Amino acid sequence: MVTARGLVKRFGEFVAVDGVDFDIARGESFGFLGPNGAGKTSTMRMISCMSPVSGGTLRVLGLDPATDGPAIRGRIGLVPQEDSLDLELTVLDNLMVYGRYFDLPRKVIRERADRLLEFAQLTERAHDRVDPLSGGMKRRLTIARALVSDPDLLILDEPTTGLDPQARHLLWDRLYRLKQQGVTLVITTHYMDEAEQLCDRLVVMDHGRFAAAGSPRALIDQYSTKEVVELRFQSGHHEAMAAALDGLASRAEVLPDRLLLYTTDGDAALAEVHARGLAPESALVRRSTLEDVFLRLTGRTLVD
Amino acid sequence: MAARAAPSEGTGPAVGARRRPTPLWLRAVGYWAYQYKRTWRSSITTSFLYPVLYLAAMGVGLGSLIDQHTHLVDGVPYLDFVAPGLLAATAMQIGANESMYPVMAAIKWVRTYFAMLATPLRVVDVLRGHLAWIAVRLAMVSAIYLVVLAAFGVVGSPLAVLAVPAAVLGGLAFAAPIAAFAATQEKDVGFTTIYRLVLIPLFLFSGTFFPVSELPGWLQPVAYATPLYHGVELCRDLVLGTTGVGTIGDVAYLVALTAVGYWAATVTFRRRLFV
Repeated sequence: MVTARGLVKRFGEFVAVDGVDFDIARGESFGFLGPNGAGKTSTMRMISCMSPVSGGTLRVLGLDPATDGPAIRGRIGLVPQEDSLDLELTVLDNLMVYGRYFDLPRKVIRERADRLLEFAQLTERAHDRVDPLSGGMKRRLTIARALVSDPDLLILDEPTTGLDPQARHLLWDRLYRLKQQGVTLVITTHYMDEAEQLCDRLVVMDHGRFAAAGSPRALIDQYSTKEVVELRFQSGHHEAMAAALDGLASRAEVLPDRLLLYTTDGDAALAEVHARGLAPESALVRRSTLEDVFLRLTGRTLVD
Repeated sequence: MAARAAPSEGTGPAVGARRRPTPLWLRAVGYWAYQYKRTWRSSITTSFLYPVLYLAAMGVGLGSLIDQHTHLVDGVPYLDFVAPGLLAATAMQIGANESMYPVMAAIKWVRTYFAMLATPLRVVDVLRGHLAWIAVRLAMVSAIYLVVLAAFGVVGSPLAVLAVPAAVLGGLAFAAPIAAFAATQEKDVGFTTIYRLVLIPLFLFSGTFFPVSELPGWLQPVAYATPLYHGVELCRDLVLGTTGVGTIGDVAYLVALTAVGYWAATVTFRRRLFV
């Protein structure tokens, strides 16, 4: 569906995307994971032909964005990071107006709108203005709107940023259903739980480059251990404690507020911590996540 | 890994394939028309009310006073003189209004342009669509104005019908360059400056209310150089049936300004929307 080779995006001197290669296959759910400013949105905007490519090659649906922008966009559904709904119009009118951009007959849009509003759980609000809707409802409407053209490829740029946990889970459920229906999804996010939930394959992006690529599981296996022990000591003592715990885990990571021990057996490691006479203020044994992968690869956490 | 995608399986775009596709810019006009549906009643009422009030006050009220003292202004009663000028001035106002805040809103506040650009529409379609919609609005307001003019007995020639496209052109001569400017702005303070330094002086001194020949000598060439002067002249000549060689010059001036404004807007819109 999408192929990029040496893809570059420059804004003047600043290099936002620094020569990346990737292939996205039909029916796949592909994620770009990375902190703010990593180049995810720039990559998304190039794929959706809303931003010119600065270098390298990009093919979307087999076409060249430089020459076939309208044809490509006609088959893509875009859920942008910033909402671009018309707040004065009703929920239904937003779908009607958008469908007209794709030159769909009103009747067709009307039929699809019924189905999409059902899907987005907005049927009750069809004739209400968009303005007073909650953030989660607006996001769901934006997704419904992106689906009105029945796209081959759905691009979601940080779909759940700024939503409360309940709204996020509802949205994830809707996206998961789309995935099951075989819609190709491209998602950017800085939430690793989102990436783990939704992406078959993902790339970890940092400073415009890919730090790693693979399935969430494979990335964790490759770059992290099975379990992690999170220890919290008195602030300022973490460096010293790391020294005291030397050799206890295969790797230790010191963060400002906590100490992470990477190990295959978390409980055993924690027992050893206590055996060495150390008393952390709090301790937690958990499975490795993509956050750990990111920390390992970049030395930074995803969400500061 | 699929380097090339298989063609879409009869979904989406294929639905419209049997019909002739609607031009991309025209789809953008559709949005503005949809928007307008919400407020058309008050908008149409205003379009009738303003010319009636203006013509009653300026043309009939002030006009009777002027006519008592000077008999004729440029060879016609004051009402006949001022009425077509007000049509041109209104077109300027509409053209400017519709290309300031709506353009900024479509870029920054509502982000309508970005919604459009995520679909097959290109930057140039977004621009053309918006200007085309402004032309539609200008045509509506001007047509209503002309009806009111006729009701006041101002119309002196069948050519007066052409005052509608003339006013549309006069309005676009403002809308195109102002849209180009609006697309470069981060805040709306620049618009206030345009009102103060451009639109209000033009409104008062471009021959709408009194002939430019009444201005001090050094100021007259300045007035002749302004777009509103040519809009006023064009509308006045068409409504009163006094067209001449100068009319061609007026049209050429307004067409040129619209064309330059449009060209500038293609540059500023692209810079702002396609980065």
